[in-house]
Amino acid sequence: MTLDALNLMPVLPEIILLTLACAILLIDVFMREGQRDVTYGLTQLALVVTSVAVLSGMGMDQRLSFEGSVINDGLSDVMKLFILLITAMAFALSRDYMKERGIQKGEYYLLGLFGVLGMMVMVSSYSLLLIYLGLELMSLAMYAMVAVHRDDIRASEAAMKYFVLGALASGLLLYGMSMLYGVTGSLDIPAIRQAVMAGTASDTALLFAAVFIVAGLVFKVGAAPFHMWLPDVYDGAPTGVTLYLSAAPKIAALAIILRLLGDAMIGMLPDWQTLLIVFAVASLFVGNVVAIAQTSFKRMLAYSTISHVGFILLGVLAGTKAGFASALFYTITYALMTVGGFGLIAYLASKGLEADKLDDLKGLNDRSPWMAFILLILMFSMAGIPFTLGFWAKLAVLQAVVEIDMVWLAVYAVVMSVIGAFYYLRALKMAYFDKPIVKGLQPRSWDARMVLNVNGLAILALGLYPTSLIALCATVFNAG
Amino acid sequence: MFADWPLLSLLVWLPIISGIVVLMVGDRSPQAVRRLSLFGSLLVFLISLLLVTGFDSTTASMQFVERLPWISTFHIEYFLGVDGISMPLIILTTFTTVLVVLAGWDVIEEKVSQYMAAFLIMEGMMIGTFAALDAIQFYFFFEGMLIPMYLVIGIWGGPRRVYATLKFFLYTFLGSVFMLVALIYMYFQSGSFSVLDMHALPLNMTEQTLIFLAFLIAFAVKIPMWPVHTWLPDAHVEAPTGGSVILAAIMLKIGGYGFMRFSLPITPDASHALDWMIIFMSLVAIVYIGFVALAQSDMKKLVAYSSISHMGFVTLGMFVVFMIMANPVGEGGAALALEGAMIQMVSHGFISAAMFLAIGVMYDRLHSREISAYGGVASSMPMFAAFVVLFAMANVGLPGTSGFVGEFMVILASYKANFWIAFIAALTLIIGAAYTLWMVKRVIFGEIRHQEVARMPDLNGREFVIMASLAFFVLLVGVWPDPLAHVMHASIDNLVHHIAQSKL
Repeated sequence: MTLDALNLMPVLPEIILLTLACAILLIDVFMREGQRDVTYGLTQLALVVTSVAVLSGMGMDQRLSFEGSVINDGLSDVMKLFILLITAMAFALSRDYMKERGIQKGEYYLLGLFGVLGMMVMVSSYSLLLIYLGLELMSLAMYAMVAVHRDDIRASEAAMKYFVLGALASGLLLYGMSMLYGVTGSLDIPAIRQAVMAGTASDTALLFAAVFIVAGLVFKVGAAPFHMWLPDVYDGAPTGVTLYLSAAPKIAALAIILRLLGDAMIGMLPDWQTLLIVFAVASLFVGNVVAIAQTSFKRMLAYSTISHVGFILLGVLAGTKAGFASALFYTITYALMTVGGFGLIAYLASKGLEADKLDDLKGLNDRSPWMAFILLILMFSMAGIPFTLGFWAKLAVLQAVVEIDMVWLAVYAVVMSVIGAFYYLRALKMAYFDKPIVKGLQPRSWDARMVLNVNGLAILALGLYPTSLIALCATVFNAG
Repeated sequence: MFADWPLLSLLVWLPIISGIVVLMVGDRSPQAVRRLSLFGSLLVFLISLLLVTGFDSTTASMQFVERLPWISTFHIEYFLGVDGISMPLIILTTFTTVLVVLAGWDVIEEKVSQYMAAFLIMEGMMIGTFAALDAIQFYFFFEGMLIPMYLVIGIWGGPRRVYATLKFFLYTFLGSVFMLVALIYMYFQSGSFSVLDMHALPLNMTEQTLIFLAFLIAFAVKIPMWPVHTWLPDAHVEAPTGGSVILAAIMLKIGGYGFMRFSLPITPDASHALDWMIIFMSLVAIVYIGFVALAQSDMKKLVAYSSISHMGFVTLGMFVVFMIMANPVGEGGAALALEGAMIQMVSHGFISAAMFLAIGVMYDRLHSREISAYGGVASSMPMFAAFVVLFAMANVGLPGTSGFVGEFMVILASYKANFWIAFIAALTLIIGAAYTLWMVKRVIFGEIRHQEVARMPDLNGREFVIMASLAFFVLLVGVWPDPLAHVMHASIDNLVHHIAQSKL
């Protein structure tokens, strides 16, 4: 191994994050129960320092490192920055909530940081092994986080379910990867891509590999019909944890989907495209129709996640650069909206009140017009109505789908989003048209307030001028 | 002096900014909110008059054009401009918003700032819809205005407001999403979202038919046409007066405007091939919905059905043109039909606004919209009764009022297409007279049957100003429609030439 191959600069952000996480782990041991805010502050600091490291490493010449298993490209940089940003937002929004329930533990932040490390590894990995390594690091951290409220039966059940089904999904993925390795003889994505393109590998085995890999991936992102775990986990986990699970990990999951399907197996696009069409159609249906039956706002947002995953898959299955760019754009939009949505639940909660039922939103406009306005922006953005970012995300995906001449799929998607609009409107109905049951709002710390306000206004501002975000997503793939 | 101003941008964003300012002032001082809203809407109205003075009615090309890149990755532009078709509708919007702000002056006591802000923001979006020349920008405003309207009906509406507002939102949303897919499809054919490029885009018959149907769903729901009109009576009845006025006077016109800006010029051959369908639906609306109106006991519902019936004239005028052009003696009839449709839209804007405001005046006093709750209003409110009779006559289409001009032009033009179409359309003169005058008879005239009616005070100054300004325009367009027709003449001629040429 030459000295050049040992260059650690490409993974400097990951190393920094790991070091800081270990340091926080040590410091946290000496913190007493009431001093978790110190751990919180240090965690945010670690995320900021890591972001700076990512930013300073952008535009580095060395694209591949560690003998081709680590990649640093535009996609990884953009994704890492958004993962760090969204995670920092999630921590800020969950702080009061966790404190009120006595579960603001050091573990929550530390597992969160290790989860972020796993996501960053996923985003930068360019070989099957590293992809799996990152995925497991992230998943293990998240399984434990769901159970952070040990005495809560629902949370424990959610954690158990998450762990068992997550392990099953990992197993499927790993099985598919092993077959892919078997027929192509390589773990590196470029080599696999060439082998698939060359057509030397056995078609049957490749097809099997594709089926298992796709199944494992959609299991992880919670696309229907492999979505069963998602509402239970998102609903059962403490809202502060749901905030973390629901947003940033989807960005990392998109990274491995794009690396595996969009890069390694792009040669067999028609095969996995058909599979993804099935999953996308099912997700859009389940996510939008089943959500109507929910009385819990939190569970409704979980189903809304499933429908958003359907849209993201639509972008991916287009198989074009514009399609991948639209999937990335949609995922970032989704993460911003979701962190706002669950963040709002955590914000409205108080000691003894989860505020996760739709009825808890009643009369929000009378209690706090500003928070009702934030809810308004979030709901209309999720429904894809103009003047919000969500509209442009849907437009981008629809364009990608129409471009590959699948107009029927676009029509199906828009009809489903009309059905979906119903339950977003119902949440707004509670907030605007009904009389409040309780008065006023629990005062919240400045950071949660700031993050929620900035998030809501950003969705509105980007709804008016999304140009740079769309262009950023397009340049990552040299599209547009 | 004003030539270099970005007038249209000002008209789109000034109301929205005023709305935000009004929201920020909040409900601490409702009076300040009202004054600020009135000032904002008046200012916008005055600025919109600059469009009239600076308008060149000799050309059909777009004027006051502003064209900037917006989302360059998708080739979406910020592209505003008006011609003779959109300009009158923008003036109608700015004028009506002033009235709506006035009409809500003391009636709205709860959440005044949100009420006023919703209408101001909606005004900006509606102007944006009329002025947008980029298809996505059009859709952006077209959809966006559902947000404030959803809140207006839902917060300040009547007892069944939640049902009505959800129905309104979902119906319109469902209609418009197909249009979005059609627009994206055309983008990949023409490489641009510019509406003008889409006008020139050659499309084969299958494409045209599907695109035409996508547009039809969007605009037929919006205008609304029979049989997708059922959201309108619900929305009208439950909405507060201001909401009904904006719905009837402007939002319905967006459907008609859409037909003229999108359906006819983009898919002329499909419009030609399927014109029988639209004509049939229009005639059903004119006759059948007229009878439905006759059966109503709720005044607002009656006017809502009358709106649908009148909108039937608009769609009839727009789609009868192909039959006129096919007829050798139909020379000049096509332009007449389209102009009639346009004038009917503007005129209906004034008349329906007046009718809903008049019902609002009575509702504020008695809190009932039932016809049977009234009777003999003329003796307690003589001034009001005079106005109502005028507006009722205009609604019937009496010569000398604006309602006559548009309907007469459409009937006259239809005669050049087919006698029976003109005959059926002309039935409205009887049916419309029946439901309108019967309502007037039961509400305004007769003996006072309820003591509350006798105690109703006549119009106050604010209400008088609203009624008088509307009466002024109803009569002005009625006796002297020339300036209005003149403004749209060049654009309509251009449209007729455009749709006369097959794209195949």
